[in-house]
Amino acid sequence: MTGSQIIVETLKKEKVSVMFGYPGGSVLPLCDALYDSGIRFILTRHEQGAAHAADGFARASGKTGVCLATSGPGATNLVTGIATAYMDSIPMVILTGQVATHLIGNDAFQEVDTTGITRPITKHNYLVKNPNDLVRTIREAFYVASTGKPGPVLVDIPVDVQKAEGNFVYPERLEMRSYKPVYEGHPLQIERAMKLLAESKKPLIIAGGGVISANGSAQLRKFAEKTRTPVALTLMGLGSIPTDHPLHLGMVGMHGTRYGNYAVMETDLMLAIGCRFDDRVTGKINEFAPKAKIVHVDIDPASIGKNVEVEVPIVGHITSVLQKFLEHAPKPDTSEWLAKIAEWKEKYPLTYNHGGDGLKPQFVVQTLSDITGGDAVISTEVGQNQMWTAQYFKFKKPRSLISSGGLGTMGFGFPAAIGAQVACPDATVVDIAGDGSIQMNIQELSTAVTEKIPVKVVILNNCCLGMVRQWQELFYKRRYAFTCLKGTHPNFVKLAEAYGAAGYRVEKKSDLKKILIKALAERERPAIVECIVEPEENVFPMVPAGASLNEMVEGLA
Amino acid sequence: MANNDSKVHIISVTVENRSGVLARIAGLFSARGYNIDSLSVGETEDPTVSRMTIVVRGDEKILEQIYKQLNKLIDVIKVQDLTSEEFIDRELVLVKVHTANGQARQEVMQLVNIFRAKIIDVGKKTLTVEVAGSGSKVRAMIEFLKGFGIKEITRTGRIAISREFGK
Repeated sequence: MTGSQIIVETLKKEKVSVMFGYPGGSVLPLCDALYDSGIRFILTRHEQGAAHAADGFARASGKTGVCLATSGPGATNLVTGIATAYMDSIPMVILTGQVATHLIGNDAFQEVDTTGITRPITKHNYLVKNPNDLVRTIREAFYVASTGKPGPVLVDIPVDVQKAEGNFVYPERLEMRSYKPVYEGHPLQIERAMKLLAESKKPLIIAGGGVISANGSAQLRKFAEKTRTPVALTLMGLGSIPTDHPLHLGMVGMHGTRYGNYAVMETDLMLAIGCRFDDRVTGKINEFAPKAKIVHVDIDPASIGKNVEVEVPIVGHITSVLQKFLEHAPKPDTSEWLAKIAEWKEKYPLTYNHGGDGLKPQFVVQTLSDITGGDAVISTEVGQNQMWTAQYFKFKKPRSLISSGGLGTMGFGFPAAIGAQVACPDATVVDIAGDGSIQMNIQELSTAVTEKIPVKVVILNNCCLGMVRQWQELFYKRRYAFTCLKGTHPNFVKLAEAYGAAGYRVEKKSDLKKILIKALAERERPAIVECIVEPEENVFPMVPAGASLNEMVEGLA
Repeated sequence: MANNDSKVHIISVTVENRSGVLARIAGLFSARGYNIDSLSVGETEDPTVSRMTIVVRGDEKILEQIYKQLNKLIDVIKVQDLTSEEFIDRELVLVKVHTANGQARQEVMQLVNIFRAKIIDVGKKTLTVEVAGSGSKVRAMIEFLKGFGIKEITRTGRIAISREFGK
């Protein structure tokens, strides 16, 4: 068997049914072997699109996403996509071609040190120089990517290795002496945590992306209900408990809900589950949760104690630890605390100025949420569109929000939505975009049209790079340096049509619902819905960078 | 990173003996802003395993992160902070020292005797000294030799191993 055939057979053993990629000189043998392999190959229009699509596929399905690119520029174009997946702990296997082994180090045509470049943004990477190492390496790559704290793993394969003859012997068992993720939480620590909970008057769960990646939402919900503990979420944790659940407190942090952030400031026991205390969540770190003891559950020991002091660290798989929590769950009396929170919810709801004829971006998100009943997979770009989605879309299920949380990658949402739609062909998949970010990977419209992937893109067009403009308004004396896009945009409706997609424009509040319904009904092709929204709308509440979570700015006009 | 709690730690890391592992470890330290005093690598009794001895400076919090981040690397088999237990350390240093006249030469040779070092090369105006020993011994020897004027110095970095005595 040739190296390429070995790769394809191994991918099949790993149950890969679809991959995203772009061909090139150094992956010709592999592309040739994939051509009639039965594995669906989705040709994107840019390697970055392939990486984000594989990422979106993984986030929506829970399976490992796979993408492919050639050496040199192919590999470097993947870099943003790999870093995005790395920051959010998304399981991905990336295959890259490399120049022939005898040329490595010679500055050959389309040569870069791919493993060197991607070392700090992958969970692990490999350069395979012998065709007989291919099976074990790729098998290891899938194992490492999907276990422990998941992450992207890159396998760099020189073109001559793809052509050389080798043996295909798939090892049923995989033994890695240097990689042994911990799954079971320490029983004593679990006991300590539950003892603290029993004594707590004001407990609070903060759930992050780890709950979703571990498929632990059901256990989380049961545990919260059994102990009557309210649940606040990080951006990555949205969907792990339904928005309309009485114990749901919304998102915390910079653009979190007031009641969520107040709960953080008042809680006496924080159970942080699968989150890593990013600065956007904590605000000023030494004023974060000042009254609380913190129990931190995470699969990654390095995330525990990195940013905040922790009373009870528990390393383990979220679902298994939550299961143990459930078995030992106390029944603390939280009625006073829940009443206090209900009061905050009543007094400080998420809100915006509904007045006037203008189309508000929040209203667009709310309408989309109402029409779909929250039963959709929503991806976002990065900036205001992302925060309004987090605030106003009523997520019902895990894996229904696909958003670049850690890296904050503009241009992520659209290709990620394509990947999500491939993973969930029957779902309604919508990318909520801004007029800036959608243009960072707009070329993937061609992919979606060609592959008949019916993703929808709702562009909240405020003719500016809104989040940066908001910071300029608040902190840079309204000097709008390089953020105004007025008069620069293409006609998005015609653009969609030029690609063969459906294009709609909404300018009036009264038109929104019927146009959205029409666009969502498109099943054979993608659709763009451009919403001309009020340009000066800001995301509130907001905790200025470096401020404490109870120093929220509210800007109701 | 001027921190009063900052202490020197000798960390022994066993890793898979593969290409790229050194870059991975060095990259981790530079990306996260940890300071390395020295780093030495060599094969162990098992040829598929290498041992890296890394001398770092940092407070408890930084050390904990270094320990966890190293453990997170897929190629890392075991991380051990030798300074948290009984250990023996050695460093090998070669020093080319100026000896302008006979008297300086005599003095250097006396020092070499006292420190149980060795003269390994003789030039017209220099002596090259080999000194091996613990961190403090090597430090003291270098301090004395500085008085004569050091022309060139090369050092292996410290290596260390845990003590079996009393175990």
